[in-house]
Amino acid sequence: MTFLGICQIFFFISLILLIAQPLGLYIYNVLEGNNTLFSGILRPSEMLIYRLANIDFCEEMNWLKYTQCVIAFSLVSMLLTYLLLMFQNLLPLNPMHFGLSDAPVYASKMTPDLAFNTAISFTTNTNWQSYAGETTMTYLSQMLALAFHNFVSAATGIAIAIAVIRGFIVNRVGTIGNFWTDLTRITIYILLPICIPIALLLVSQGVIQNLNPYLTFTTLDNHNQTLPFGLVASQEAIKNLGTNGGGFFNANSAHPFENPTPLTNLLEMLSIFIIPAALTYTFGKMVKDTRQGVALLTVMTVIFLIGTLVTYHFEAKGNPNFKPYNINYATSQLGDSGGNMEGKELRFGIANSSLFAVVTTDSSCGAVNCLHDCLTPMGGLITLLNIELGEVVFGGTGSGLYGIIVFAVLSVFIAGLMVGRTPEYLGKKIEKKEVKMAMLFILVAAFSILVFTAIASVINFPKDSFWNSFGSGTNNLNNVGPHGFSELLYAFSSCTGNNGSAFAGLSANTPFYNILLGIAMFLGRFFMIIPVLAMAGSLSKKKLVPASIGTFPTYSYLFVILLISVILIVGALTFFPALCLGPIIEEFLMRQGKLF
Amino acid sequence: MTNENIKKQSKSIYDKKIINRALIDAFIKLNPKTLFKNPVMFVVLIGSIITTIMFFENIIKGNKFENLLFQFQITIWLWFTVLFANFAEAMAEGRGKAQADTLKKNKQATMATRETVRGTSESVLASSLKKGDIVLVKANETIPSDGEVIEGVASVNESAITGESAPVIRESGGDRSAVTGGTTVLSDWLRIKISVDPGQTFIDRMINLVEGANRQKTPNEIALDILLAGLTIVFLLAVATLYPFSIYSYQSCPNKAPDLFSLISLLVCLIPTTIGGLLSAIGIAGMDRVLQYNVLATSGKAVEAAGDVDTLLLDKTGTITLGNRQAVEFVVAPKIAIQDLADAAQLSSLSDETPEGRSIVIYAKNYGIRERELSDKDVTFIPFSAQTRISGVNINNREIRKGATDSIFNYAKHNGFTVPHELEREVTRIAQSGGTPLVVADNISGLLGAIYLKDVVKGGMKERFAQLRSMGIRTIMITGDNPLTAAAIASEAGVDDFLAQATPENKMELIKHEQTGGRLVAMTGDGTNDAPALAQADVGVAMNTGTQAAKEAGNMIDLDSNPTKLIEVVEIGKQLLMTRGALTTFSIANDVAKYFAILPAMFGSLYALNANTHGPLWALNIMGLHSAQSAILAAVIFNALIIIVLIPLALKGVTYRAMDAKSLLQRNFLIYGVGGLVAPFPGIWIIDQILVILHLAPVN
Repeated sequence: MTFLGICQIFFFISLILLIAQPLGLYIYNVLEGNNTLFSGILRPSEMLIYRLANIDFCEEMNWLKYTQCVIAFSLVSMLLTYLLLMFQNLLPLNPMHFGLSDAPVYASKMTPDLAFNTAISFTTNTNWQSYAGETTMTYLSQMLALAFHNFVSAATGIAIAIAVIRGFIVNRVGTIGNFWTDLTRITIYILLPICIPIALLLVSQGVIQNLNPYLTFTTLDNHNQTLPFGLVASQEAIKNLGTNGGGFFNANSAHPFENPTPLTNLLEMLSIFIIPAALTYTFGKMVKDTRQGVALLTVMTVIFLIGTLVTYHFEAKGNPNFKPYNINYATSQLGDSGGNMEGKELRFGIANSSLFAVVTTDSSCGAVNCLHDCLTPMGGLITLLNIELGEVVFGGTGSGLYGIIVFAVLSVFIAGLMVGRTPEYLGKKIEKKEVKMAMLFILVAAFSILVFTAIASVINFPKDSFWNSFGSGTNNLNNVGPHGFSELLYAFSSCTGNNGSAFAGLSANTPFYNILLGIAMFLGRFFMIIPVLAMAGSLSKKKLVPASIGTFPTYSYLFVILLISVILIVGALTFFPALCLGPIIEEFLMRQGKLF
Repeated sequence: MTNENIKKQSKSIYDKKIINRALIDAFIKLNPKTLFKNPVMFVVLIGSIITTIMFFENIIKGNKFENLLFQFQITIWLWFTVLFANFAEAMAEGRGKAQADTLKKNKQATMATRETVRGTSESVLASSLKKGDIVLVKANETIPSDGEVIEGVASVNESAITGESAPVIRESGGDRSAVTGGTTVLSDWLRIKISVDPGQTFIDRMINLVEGANRQKTPNEIALDILLAGLTIVFLLAVATLYPFSIYSYQSCPNKAPDLFSLISLLVCLIPTTIGGLLSAIGIAGMDRVLQYNVLATSGKAVEAAGDVDTLLLDKTGTITLGNRQAVEFVVAPKIAIQDLADAAQLSSLSDETPEGRSIVIYAKNYGIRERELSDKDVTFIPFSAQTRISGVNINNREIRKGATDSIFNYAKHNGFTVPHELEREVTRIAQSGGTPLVVADNISGLLGAIYLKDVVKGGMKERFAQLRSMGIRTIMITGDNPLTAAAIASEAGVDDFLAQATPENKMELIKHEQTGGRLVAMTGDGTNDAPALAQADVGVAMNTGTQAAKEAGNMIDLDSNPTKLIEVVEIGKQLLMTRGALTTFSIANDVAKYFAILPAMFGSLYALNANTHGPLWALNIMGLHSAQSAILAAVIFNALIIIVLIPLALKGVTYRAMDAKSLLQRNFLIYGVGGLVAPFPGIWIIDQILVILHLAPVN
């Protein structure tokens, strides 16, 4: 680790903490329907959308109605995406003729299982990519099927978080807002206005934005090379801001057309974290006690910093087995060489690659600027653990906040009794229903990650199977032993956590993996949204209990410690045995000189 | 929290009889049907059954002795885990069961004299009495069932229920008409109308309650059960998937993958067995603790609600003040000698048997006026009437009157006297300083002066209320006094608020008002007109001396009829919740250490260079345990023993201190959270050492 590297990490988190308050306030005003900076320009279009879609924007929904709207909206748009992908070869904006007879040799086919996986992936804000963008997707698919979801899946997440907060603040009302208004307002007042300047800044740094056919040219050493093009900048902005993470190109944010300079790298990391961070302030503002939001933000920041510093430490230390070979072992001042540079871009270096890896796994983004498969075992452990904690450290747009609220409810329930009162959080009693829903939330994640990984690690396929190639399901892994196990565990963790980043090393584009991972993404999104909204519904019907000196203080430093412990104990202990067989044993074996 | 005034029916929790009985019950409770209600322990039971079967299978297969010894011990300790949890529950039930036995003994075949329709009487079994029957109970007879006295006055020994041997008076009409079956008439006779059907009597209900026969889980217990069941499933998933994971991991490894014994051991250690085993014991013990204070809670829910109470409504008289006002000053009207006032005051109080009246007589002695017997025929006493709020005496032609300020002022005006301003001012001063002014007048000189009656606040109450305030509980004093008097006493006693000139209606309003604000209210009451308020309050403690209606409306009955006990009940409720939270936190925090014992033991052989060395994961054995077998055994044994170790804590409750939530949390988090994290490390290490010394597990 170098001083400059650590400075960069703290510079990044300071910027996040600085932006969180004003942006959080803005989000609060938007969702309260107050007049904001852009109201004059955007209000007419908001109203137009309501009129066109025949929406009664004053209607207040109970949790069931709200959930139905979320699910219906998601399922219909998922189906449309599936159809669009299946017929992309017949649709316009396909300059490279993908899916047609004269497609280039490198083009890959859009199979039904791939379309299924991709449709779920983008609807659930996961953006797991079993395909490579530049060889599979037409420009129209990128814009309409994928970028559309980048906006609305993020907006849906925020809407749900806001609905959950409303469950706490209403007094025996039973309603938690209107999904259509929330969705519309978040998209046009929050996501769009922030995306435009980000996209322009990206373009200024060299990110491309065109609809040209790919360019083939001859390199200096007389090879033919093809340069893929596309509407990258506009998509890049929402990819990060909406914690989607689905890259335009296969190399994602490591690709120079997506992330050309250290400045764009900082900008992308900032855009991943700002909405989740700002939402904690919005939360505090809505519950009329900003200390409550600060407490959650503190928990997130602490876990984030621990993860980042551990990852940076191990990446900078590199692989001890290289030491005897005198391979530029020591880290340089700027952190751009030395240590474990395998799978990292020179323009980002150790510190910014470690930081990006932690940022993208803490949030449910999944964009990558280095290859996670090439991280040291401990670096890999942190990325895996971040996802398995439930994507609550900043987390996805909205999903991070409602996730950490679930953990807060659990913490209050477990330890809140210790003050001699039945537990309450934000003035609402935590009872049977809330605990049931919170436990379901935890259970679904544990089930999906563990059971699906277990299936994949022992399944065998017969010869000529439709599902997968012959033999063990683990044959699709690039590596054997614990590293192979990490690749498998990471895939199912990433999909269940709706992260979408890949450890890489798993050839996932087979019907077996496409479908199983698709189910994992579906469970990880909708089967966690339903309990959360049901919890909000139950809370919205309860009366508000005024806080007294005898109430469990959920803004104190003690609560911060407690919440961190519960996240780590409930989240990490569940996966600790599995992690032992992956990155942890790999680390010990690496020290003994055995690599995989 | 012990209060000297309260006599405990002190039977130690560790009575030999109770322990013996609990030991037997622990085995009876192995019945899967009962255990099914406790998901955590049910999983342990299934685990024990599986290991038992496998153990016998391995004997038949002829496994190595070393392995059989290990498997035998694992099996035994898993059974112990279940038995210990059962034992904890049985211990908690023990005292209640013993008490129920005593009650049942008292309930032996009592005979009753029932009046028939024709006006004759017949002798019937008490258990055959129905609602509406009328019985006659004479001295030294046992009252056969619950009822209302419709005729007669008698002293009754209620020790069978209250444990208090001093007799109480029961009479027809008013608030002292309720009698309870099983109590004994000491003198005179009572005609009683039976008010309950057989099996519904107070004693029957009490037996049911103390036995815990139809004990229902409280809302918080149910929620906690869900949490524990959820955690159990999560860990079940984590351990069950370890099997396929290890199949993958051991592919290229010559050593054997972990067997079911270690997997089940890991599972049992991870699921929250500590709190799962002690949860019901904590609840039962909480109710039992309330009972030791002679308060009968009709449900655990009521005790739990007591812990949540935000507002306490306390009757002034008897709870906050000693209950009788005493004369502390005579204030004379202008131009009246103090001797005359003292004389008049005493004369008018001679027939007044109330403590106030007596205190006036005694106070008058300070002015040299001796107590006299008036048997003159010309003396007529005018008893106090609530309508006029005046009492007095007529001696020959002299009418002496004393009473409430405005009533006596009116009386004086009526007789043509003026009200001197000085007296008016004095009266206001008395009222403002929390006293009750009693004005004295006669028909000769008009207003003579006033008697300053003072409420005496019980010692220690101010500190008590300060403690409650620090816990976030507001106390509201309920009094029939006027607002001025009420305010003065309220400030002297240190309560947060008061309700003056209380009527059943505005009391009810106050409760509803507090509840709309989201607060939980507790109150005590005894009269029939308290019944609606008792029912409305979240915790309503009815006095045993109270009417049947009041007793039915409340969710607790104080057998000693001591309204101060409401505070203790709240404290017990809080302690119950704290104990639950503390043990849950402790139980979950324990898991960390167990991982570091079992995981290296399970996967220590993975990637080992040969069968005799440890693999890389053995490095996780940070406690330096001897061998894989000793490590797993130590964790399982620790997990079982911790239940036994914590039984006293579960039964007695965690140490209770009145402090604000922040400091309470800090204290308990340190003890049970951090303690729970740290304690298992030395615990498991010591057990590992002992196992090796006793040759019960291999050294490496």
